[in-house]
Amino acid sequence: MSIDLSQFHQVFFEESFEGLEIMEQGLLGLSPGETDNETINSIFRAAHSIKGGSATFKFEEVSSFTHILETLLDEMRNGEREVTVEAVDLLLQSVDVLKDMLQLLQAHEPVPESLYKEISDALEAMVSEEGAGEGNGESAAVAESSASSNVVEATDDESMSWLIQFAPESHILRTGNEPSRMFKELSLLGEITVVCHHQKLPSLEEIEEELCYLSWSIILNADVDLLQIEEVFEWVKDESELGYEHLPLSAAEERLGTKASVAVDEVAPAAAVEATAPGSPAATPEAAPAADNRQLQVAPKKEVKDTAAADKKPAKVASTGSSSIRVGIDKVDSLINLVGELVITQSMLGQMGDDFNLEKLERLKEGLIQLEQNTRELQESVMRIRMLPISFVFNRFPRMVRDLAKKLDKEVELELIGEGTELDKTVMEQIGDPMVHLVRNSMDHGIESPDKREQAGKPRVGKVILNAYHQGGNIVIEITDDGAGINAEKVKEKAIERGVIDEKSELTVEQINNLIFEPGFSTADTISDVSGRGVGMDVVKRNINSLGGSVEVSSTPGHGSTFSIRLPLTLAILDGQVIRVGDQIFIVPLISIVESLQLKNQEITKIVGNTEVYRLREDHVPIVKICEEFCIDAEFKSYDDATVVVVEAEGVKVGLMVDELLAQQQVVIKSLDTNFISIDGISGATILGDGRVALILDIGGMIKRVNLTKKSKKAYAA
Amino acid sequence: MIQSTSNKQQYLSFFIGEEEYCINILAVQEIRGWERAKPLPDAPNYVKGVVNLRGVVIPIMDMRIRFGVTEVEYLKTTVVIVIKVDDGGSEKVIGVVVDAVSEVYDLDESSIQPCGSIAGTIESKYLKGVATVSDKLVTVVDINKAFDFDELSSLT
Repeated sequence: MSIDLSQFHQVFFEESFEGLEIMEQGLLGLSPGETDNETINSIFRAAHSIKGGSATFKFEEVSSFTHILETLLDEMRNGEREVTVEAVDLLLQSVDVLKDMLQLLQAHEPVPESLYKEISDALEAMVSEEGAGEGNGESAAVAESSASSNVVEATDDESMSWLIQFAPESHILRTGNEPSRMFKELSLLGEITVVCHHQKLPSLEEIEEELCYLSWSIILNADVDLLQIEEVFEWVKDESELGYEHLPLSAAEERLGTKASVAVDEVAPAAAVEATAPGSPAATPEAAPAADNRQLQVAPKKEVKDTAAADKKPAKVASTGSSSIRVGIDKVDSLINLVGELVITQSMLGQMGDDFNLEKLERLKEGLIQLEQNTRELQESVMRIRMLPISFVFNRFPRMVRDLAKKLDKEVELELIGEGTELDKTVMEQIGDPMVHLVRNSMDHGIESPDKREQAGKPRVGKVILNAYHQGGNIVIEITDDGAGINAEKVKEKAIERGVIDEKSELTVEQINNLIFEPGFSTADTISDVSGRGVGMDVVKRNINSLGGSVEVSSTPGHGSTFSIRLPLTLAILDGQVIRVGDQIFIVPLISIVESLQLKNQEITKIVGNTEVYRLREDHVPIVKICEEFCIDAEFKSYDDATVVVVEAEGVKVGLMVDELLAQQQVVIKSLDTNFISIDGISGATILGDGRVALILDIGGMIKRVNLTKKSKKAYAA
Repeated sequence: MIQSTSNKQQYLSFFIGEEEYCINILAVQEIRGWERAKPLPDAPNYVKGVVNLRGVVIPIMDMRIRFGVTEVEYLKTTVVIVIKVDDGGSEKVIGVVVDAVSEVYDLDESSIQPCGSIAGTIESKYLKGVATVSDKLVTVVDINKAFDFDELSSLT
């Protein structure tokens, strides 16, 4: 029976890209010189499944390439090769190559050999260069002894030996493995001392003759490679707990605690132990806990690995920009529950409608309240499906920062905070590029070169922090660097030079700093590959604004800058306050409202240029009349009849004069853009319960608009 | 083209005052009665506002004002033709207010004559030309040009 394998290709590619991502993240997490087995293992596993899959689908280029990669990783995993910066770099490059190859294959295009030849040669060179060389034993010892708590330093004048802990699982004999044969094989390598632990041996009646209840500690007094020993246990390593320690002979014997107390081995029911020294019946106090320890250590690690895998799985959704989305089963379950409730409510209301009389009015009201609640919960639930943790965006940065730091000859450390913060998928997809730009900018212009940093009395390694958190209905993403900060003087000079501002303009430092978002602005003296073409920051700002967000920068010269991106959690729904001006209904986003109040005429002060200002505690709040702004006939004739809604956007407060505050409700945002054009001060429209259209005010845009009209009237701008 | 054998296309005709105009029927989505629209700030006078068309917010533009008719009335017969216009690749749905819809004509592409300078108050760039249908003159409107969103953006 032949199966059309191509139907599985898509799954293979998806899984492979996922695997590549795991590999990349794992590689970035590896620090040179230390052996983090769990990380290497996960990288290895990912590579291995790509190899397996590609071989199945006959993508030979990929499988042979991955094979070399795997060899290298295997050596690292076994501790035969040290994790060096070069090796990690090469592995990262190979991940890139693999990604390219897979993308080509996915597009049904041939993979040119030139694509991978160089890297695969380099990999091969690295593999053959120092295969199982001299230093490997040491690193293995470090790796293993770090697992157990006792690290015994090797002394030069003593001969080295291996202490091997061997605890097979009880069914090992059934699989045809005979421990005694392994011991025999070991003895070929050198002199061995075997101690048998039989604490687990049950009483005679309970013994099942096919099970193995014994475990052993073996001292192999020979200068051999770990590899050679592992070879002996090759067949049983999956079914037993094995521990290797490279120790001086005396230390090993001490650990065994049975140097001279050679007793006669009484019971060896399953395995005939052939050894120079028969195992001691006395339990070795250290060996047993050591084994236990190892067991304990293994268990939690597995858990970590599982959750890590679960975390990383959906990552590909964002990075490949595919249109599918992985949703946690709990979210789907809650959705199904809610739909169930909705159906119940619906049938209840339906029954009531069959023979309705006024007596049932109360129950009808209750039912409607329930329906409202169901609908709201359902809506929230559905929205939650679209919410993904921002780590999908953050994940691309470690690699980028690493590569960029190298390119710029800077030392930069990246810190991620708040990766679990959830954000709407559409917002997420569009925020990636602006963020990349800002991070690049921070690294290029912000962080100084290591030497400069030292001169300034800062650590050589610069720091870039990405931080995400929720604030009100917004998500705030901050990109902070501890670099040189923005030189306000220089910015001002440049701004004047480029005609962005006028020489006479009096600006605060904050305002000057935010000039960098103006079009055609770059203070980089040289145009670099990374940034500095003078396009970019304005594009960043525009992109973020188009998402309904804002971006601001604050900076302390010499200490670094912080870019704060503020974004709505979702683009589709908004909590709004419905207001009425004349016969027109508007929606004010609830998040921009500070408070609403009734005013008296005498509380209003007129200041320069006919601007009316209300004193709200320590703030002076300019009053904006929506009716004048939008040319509507309002009912109120004086401040006594009107209600003032104090709103805030981008740090500026204004009071909107309205006729009446109506309900607060969630509204679904309909873009005006879709069928019309966007209008300053209006972020969109929505459809009210009665089918009428209401406009949603964009407070930020509104304030700008008011300022513009005022400026054009040559009046004082608030 | 509906039929490849002939160059005939169908056009929906409508009245603005006494004058008869027509647009390609393929651009027409539906015809609705006039209802008050939600006014938009900053919009030019011919944009009456936005309405809710089954959950979609569409702008309503008065073609009569656009074409220079100064006195417009909103009567029971006033209708809104909902049309799809092409805005640089993306399709937008707008409502166009006219006095009344009239007929559907089969017009040959070649029978539409460029109108040149005869267009009176209407800028000729909005028009495709003039066609003669049973001794009547019918002005063919180029709907994509008549409601140009780039022009709108610069106005607001």
